[in-house]
Amino acid sequence: MSILEQYAQIVGDDVIDQLQQLAKPLRGKSVVHVNSTKLGGGVAEILTKLVPLMQELELNTDWQVITGDEPFFHCTKGMHNALQGNQVPLSQGLLEHYEEVNRQNAERLRSHLVDADFVFIHDPQPAPQLSLCPDRQGHWIWRCHIDASHPYRPVWKFLRPFIEPYEASIFSLPAFAQALPHPEYIISPSIDPLSDKNIDLPQEEIREVLGQFQIDPDRPLVVQVSRFDRFKDPVGVIRAYKMATKFHPDLQLVLAGGSADDDPEGALVLQEVKAEANHDPDIHILLLPPDANRTINALQRAADIVMQKSTREGFGLTVTEAMWKGKPVIGGDTGGIRLQVVNYHTGFLVNTPEGAALRIRYLLNQPDKMAEFGHKAQEFVRENFLLTRHLREYMTLMVLLLHGGGDRLELT
Amino acid sequence: MANDDAPFCPPVAADAFAIKDCALLTIATGKKATTLKELQNHLSTIDPDSIYLHVWGSQLESQFEVREYNNHFASWARRGLHDDTLAERLAMVAPNEYADLEELRQEFLEVIAERLEEKEYLHWVLATEPFEFIRSTIVVFDTAKRVEQPEELIDLIPHLSTSSIFYHFIDARRRLPINQDDFRYWLTCWGDRYAELNHHLAAIDPYFNGLTTIRQQLANAFERYCPRKSP
Repeated sequence: MSILEQYAQIVGDDVIDQLQQLAKPLRGKSVVHVNSTKLGGGVAEILTKLVPLMQELELNTDWQVITGDEPFFHCTKGMHNALQGNQVPLSQGLLEHYEEVNRQNAERLRSHLVDADFVFIHDPQPAPQLSLCPDRQGHWIWRCHIDASHPYRPVWKFLRPFIEPYEASIFSLPAFAQALPHPEYIISPSIDPLSDKNIDLPQEEIREVLGQFQIDPDRPLVVQVSRFDRFKDPVGVIRAYKMATKFHPDLQLVLAGGSADDDPEGALVLQEVKAEANHDPDIHILLLPPDANRTINALQRAADIVMQKSTREGFGLTVTEAMWKGKPVIGGDTGGIRLQVVNYHTGFLVNTPEGAALRIRYLLNQPDKMAEFGHKAQEFVRENFLLTRHLREYMTLMVLLLHGGGDRLELT
Repeated sequence: MANDDAPFCPPVAADAFAIKDCALLTIATGKKATTLKELQNHLSTIDPDSIYLHVWGSQLESQFEVREYNNHFASWARRGLHDDTLAERLAMVAPNEYADLEELRQEFLEVIAERLEEKEYLHWVLATEPFEFIRSTIVVFDTAKRVEQPEELIDLIPHLSTSSIFYHFIDARRRLPINQDDFRYWLTCWGDRYAELNHHLAAIDPYFNGLTTIRQQLANAFERYCPRKSP
């Protein structure tokens, strides 16, 4: 069965028909996506299925990854945090190294990029590639997956000249955008319901995973899946758990962190998390490899409640994943989580560990509500946040750029 | 009401009804308002596409309950400014009653100006969340499906995508004479033959229901007032 046929079973034939209609004017066009990692993080997860799906629609699609050393990724992690508002001064030497690594990558990638009809550059890591391909022919789009609404100004001042020359940029929410001299499109990210991380799992496999980590399947479970990053507030989650256990002493907590290739800060935060957990046997801190997708899937499906108590968040795909699995979500009142978690419908937005603890208690006391929220959450994702909608919007943008932009385009 | 089996020749030469579909993209404008005065200022100059999206955009959003306010301005008045009076007045601005987006813009501005005169503190009170002006661009594509007779729409409408419903039933109001949609516009080619169907289609409120509900209402109207031919 083709990927499109598999998707049709989930989203319906009309959605697939629409993709095929939009793909017609793009057939045979060459498209290259460039990011900084093949494994780990939301961008890589999206591209893993988006690229073959575009290929099946007869777009000549390629995915290239820039390579770099530890100082380069230290710099880009700093940029990532700085774009999200953290004051992260980056030394001149580090910034020069960032440019040098991009120059080295351009030598390798240039032949793939200059003739492409469309080039999608994801996030700041490969942003200088455009200026390093002066003979480029196609449409270049910068895709920002980060909340760049209040960046640390010195870092944004450094990055801005690399980004301004793009023909268009894409942000996940209007509020995330920065003033730029080109159109800024708003496209939410998505999840892939057919991936190992989201596909239906047999109950036996879920119980097996719980057994592997000594988690009791008969006691309530709260799960947060995210990198060990301060913006994800794993320490706040533990505090919320501790407050909730006064009323639900049988509660268990899983903090499952995947460490992405470009995330050297994680180890420091992990130490803080372990200190806060203080050897509580019902707090399970799991450092999972980037390919542990079925394990993450099983943990989310085993959860009664999924948390994403971020204090700053890009879009929050772990929220989307949990909702797709029919789970109520308690999420931080920030970024893209606001777009997904609707109070009293799909979960609750919270601002403090106290708020999170209160909502854990509310939900554990009302199993009917948990089921109702979970059902609504799944349908909400089906309509709005699956890969097919994401691809439709990318292709709509490509068709528009192919025809010179404009406010309205009627294809014949 | 049409109930004979022979194909009816329309009095006006009617082209086949071309089923189209569309995809909308949202574009950030960089403009936002944190007070009602700022909203008024931006609204007076913002691109008409932005007004279009803020009035009709909620049709394309998922709904968990019956929509309380029908446009983003009214929702923001309620949730951002916490001014129920203004929210109610803005919600009652019905876009299908105005000839074009400029007239609609003036009506919104009128409502806001009136409220600013009533409550002076609204000039400076800060909203708890900003109003982000966005605009849209639309790509319309032809599905290659053609309908020769209105009766064929009975089976087709339930299977149209919601974005196709958006194009033919809502976006049409921007392309056609006042308060028209593609279905009614096409049916007029048959003179009075489908007058009853036309009347019931006109009664479907495009403003209060989501696209899935509108699709069902359209399907019901065609099923009831455009009977199938005998086999």
